[in-house]
Amino acid sequence: MRARPSPVDHAFRTEWAPLVATLLRETGSLQLAEDAVSEAFAEASIRWRADGSPQRPGAWLLTTARRKAIDQIRRQRRFKERLPRLAADVADPTERPLDSLGDDQLGLIAGCAHPSLDSEAQVALTLRYVCGLTTDQIAHSFMVPSETMKKRLSRAKSKIAAAGVPFDVPDRERLPERLTAVCGVIYAVFNEGYASSVGPELVRGSLCDEAIWLSEFLCNLAPDDGEVHGLAGLILLTDSRRWARTDDHGLPILLEDQDRSAWDAGKIERGLAHLGRSAALTGIGPYRLMGSIAGIHARSPSVEETPWARIAGLYGALITLHDSPVLRLNQAAALAWSEGPATGLALMDELVEQLDGYSYLHSSRAALLVKLDRNEDAVAAYNRALALTANKAEHRWMTLRRDMIADVG
Amino acid sequence: MKYALLLYDTPGNSTEFGTPEMNTEMQQWFAFTNELEAAGKHLGGDALNPVETATTVRVRDGKTVTADGPFAETKETLGGFYLIEADNLDDAIEWASKIPSAPYGSVEIRPIMELPSQ
Repeated sequence: MRARPSPVDHAFRTEWAPLVATLLRETGSLQLAEDAVSEAFAEASIRWRADGSPQRPGAWLLTTARRKAIDQIRRQRRFKERLPRLAADVADPTERPLDSLGDDQLGLIAGCAHPSLDSEAQVALTLRYVCGLTTDQIAHSFMVPSETMKKRLSRAKSKIAAAGVPFDVPDRERLPERLTAVCGVIYAVFNEGYASSVGPELVRGSLCDEAIWLSEFLCNLAPDDGEVHGLAGLILLTDSRRWARTDDHGLPILLEDQDRSAWDAGKIERGLAHLGRSAALTGIGPYRLMGSIAGIHARSPSVEETPWARIAGLYGALITLHDSPVLRLNQAAALAWSEGPATGLALMDELVEQLDGYSYLHSSRAALLVKLDRNEDAVAAYNRALALTANKAEHRWMTLRRDMIADVG
Repeated sequence: MKYALLLYDTPGNSTEFGTPEMNTEMQQWFAFTNELEAAGKHLGGDALNPVETATTVRVRDGKTVTADGPFAETKETLGGFYLIEADNLDDAIEWASKIPSAPYGSVEIRPIMELPSQ
């Protein structure tokens, strides 16, 4: 997506979030910050091409964005009171630096994930204001019409302004729970990219890339939070399998059938480093536990040599934190490897009532039924899973599996 | 910023008047209101008579339409409100969470619309 970045592209990736965060602090308006920073980048793409890029791109962009903000404020007399502060920053030769401690950026990302906003809005705001994606790009990533995304963002912005949603660094005692909310948003972005629930493709890489960037960005802002590093580890380790996860036709390949040499060693290394950092910090949360599971897979040479009992134990710890039938399904799948398919199937059968509408329950049962030579039941389970999946690649894959065993049977 | 904290609960679910539980809860209400006043954030508020006494007014096509009770068949009804001054939404949420009925009812936070001054 960002092959051979130009100086403006590069500055965009590194400077967008700090610029928006700084302008937001200085003007108190998300809209004003957004417009000023967008205009500064638009000017950079013209001026830098003509005159060459400046020595300190961040400072150039900040000064330009402040001027743009002042121009806008002059046009809107309502915001008169904001003008002196900004004008002083532009005139001051020592010039206040860009948010070097990251406080403004932490406030920005925490504000976008504020619990008073609905989860779809949180995701859209984060991609717009922290990652700098355009409304069209976000709409495209989520396969919704641009108009829908535009409305979603503008409704969220209206609420932020009217209800006084704060974009400050949360209080010390509230920080962990607010960071958990930010982690939730980043993980939702990743999941949407990695396991797209709708549409023809199984993986939408650009959202995965944004989620990786966001998770490491958050690690820099909150380096002492174990869950934040756990999330970065989880995302990198899961994503390391991205290219091994689908075949040339875009069909999914199960973990047990993946070519492990195709896993991304660089991402595994980075992911394990985050997990190590997380383990050195206090507190055990879901991201660190899920990251540990991904770490075990990353280090196992094959599915047979994977310590499945340890994975089942980690799912047990996750269930203790927050019980859910989907976690129990995953634990049952791990136990099917360590204890045998009959044990796994018995555990999954207990979940049929609760998870009847969940395609993975039925496809997981089908796979175990095949191993137990119960092909007729497996076909029925695949049929149920097929009726429940909207993802076209998964649909084709399951159809193939079903027809294979139906032929044998 | 100014916020209205609208206190909803399910009729019949709240504490009954004249019981020892109500006496305890009344102390909590007085304590909360005092705390809000001491912080200089109390702008107003009152308890409301039950929803059976409510009248809903709408103007449609220039005519005033009056009806008994709220139109919507909601389980939770508005029981009272506070008008407060808070730094931002987090501050308002913090005050809302201290309201004695929050554990069994709910508190809806509505920012007061600020009309542009001429």
